[in-house]
Amino acid sequence: MDIFLQQVINGLVQGSLYALVALGYTMVYGIIELVNFAHGEVVMVGALVGLSVIERIASRGDTGWGVIAIGVLVAIPSCMALGLGIERVAYRPLRKAPRLAPLISAIGVSIALQQMAALIWGRNYLHYPDVLSNPQFHIGGAVITQVQLVILATTGILMLLTWLIVQKTALGRAMRASAQNPSVAGLMGVNVDRIIALTFLMGSGLAAVAGVLVGTYYGVGNHTMGFMLGLKAFTAAVLGGIGSLGGAMLGGLLLGVIENLGAGYLGSVTNGTIGSNYSDVLAFLMLIAVLVLRPSGLMGERGSEKV
Amino acid sequence: MSTLLEVKELVVRYGGIEAVKGINLHIHQGELVTLIGANGAGKTSTLNALAGLLKPASGEIRFEGELLNSSPIHQLIQRGLALVPEGRGVFPRLTVEENLAMGAYTRKDKPGMRADLNQVFESFPRLQERRQQKAGTLSGGEQQMLAIGRALMGRPKLLLLDEPSMGLAPLMVQTIFSVIQRVAKEGMTVFLVEQNARLALQSAQRAYVMEGGMIRFNASANECLSDPRVRLAYLGEDS
Repeated sequence: MDIFLQQVINGLVQGSLYALVALGYTMVYGIIELVNFAHGEVVMVGALVGLSVIERIASRGDTGWGVIAIGVLVAIPSCMALGLGIERVAYRPLRKAPRLAPLISAIGVSIALQQMAALIWGRNYLHYPDVLSNPQFHIGGAVITQVQLVILATTGILMLLTWLIVQKTALGRAMRASAQNPSVAGLMGVNVDRIIALTFLMGSGLAAVAGVLVGTYYGVGNHTMGFMLGLKAFTAAVLGGIGSLGGAMLGGLLLGVIENLGAGYLGSVTNGTIGSNYSDVLAFLMLIAVLVLRPSGLMGERGSEKV
Repeated sequence: MSTLLEVKELVVRYGGIEAVKGINLHIHQGELVTLIGANGAGKTSTLNALAGLLKPASGEIRFEGELLNSSPIHQLIQRGLALVPEGRGVFPRLTVEENLAMGAYTRKDKPGMRADLNQVFESFPRLQERRQQKAGTLSGGEQQMLAIGRALMGRPKLLLLDEPSMGLAPLMVQTIFSVIQRVAKEGMTVFLVEQNARLALQSAQRAYVMEGGMIRFNASANECLSDPRVRLAYLGEDS
């Protein structure tokens, strides 16, 4: 078996999920300069809502991708409503407050959502029902599963769609204008509050899809799953250059690949002193390195962001 | 002549400091009116209050007879007010074309927008050459052209200009002002805030002179040009 190729494939799949979540971080940061620490919890809610729906359908004996798709279709509006609510309740009233205030508010929302999820779904790991046959395909000396292929395709399409909306439509132009100079955007007739709400809406929709895909891929979910995932996706966004869409995508993929190569080789390289469970350490070491060496990230604009 | 804009007893405050202390002014349809005065006289505060960027502490702003004070900022362009802000305020990482498109954000009439875009490119050929360039890479003068062009893309009834000559080379100032004069001649109502009093008075029909947050006097631009007080204080001549 080709370990290298296998770890790259696994890394790309995991990284594409990071990237999808990272888009939510980076879009919100780009427009209101807030690290939305509750974003990981939105992913978690998406995963658990999806799980409940999928479980319900699976219990009638239905199987296949259609079941997952219904889970996604229910998770998306749920997460969108949640994202809008968070923005409305926890961030909008603090728009003119010092920057630390919304950040603390975000951490508060994150804890509150975790505990609410614990009340609804319990504190144990829940298992995604087995509704897929998940055939495997061989390429080179490695294996790629159907679930992996679907994840790559779905995230690829969604990232392309997000990019097109932001770069090519009037709405996206208004988003970018609001990010660069909100008061002048207001002069142009842009309702900046509405644009901010739409940004949360898009990010939360992507988070919902990411949540269900993560659940489907790893097979489990619980109320704390959003924490580490959110942290990794945030790392990916910073790695690529927070505020940059391309950066979030690149950062996500890169982080996934590095983590998985770490998991594949750390043990054998260090003769077992450091095991594959140290791959998280590798991810965060990278975050520190980027922050020290290139604070604006791989694709972030250097120097004066605000003119 | 009908009155387009009427300001009554306008007061603007920053914290405890009164920047504008109860001024009155009006602008008729089709006029080019200027507001001159030294740094810190309250000119920009006045203009920002008109454009909705600042909430007045008290007073009335009426546009076409209707009260503007409580309108949210993003509705003013639809009512016909466009501000070219101090320091231009272009979107640095949007292209020239995207900046101009933002000026027409609330419009739906595609053919009219295309015509206006061509008009802007005709007035400022430099912008056409650089249409795909990011606005942040333009020179100060080009950014000023872009800011004016962007405001015109909204087809306003009243164009508010804040210090369009600021920081520009003399030749560029000439270009900018000839466009302002032409736009005014074509019927646009313009309210021009300027530190370069001579240039402003030569372009305008009427002028308000502001000092310490109050309007000291208002007169026709020609009268101002020959008024000894103005000549001494703003034109640098000792009568």
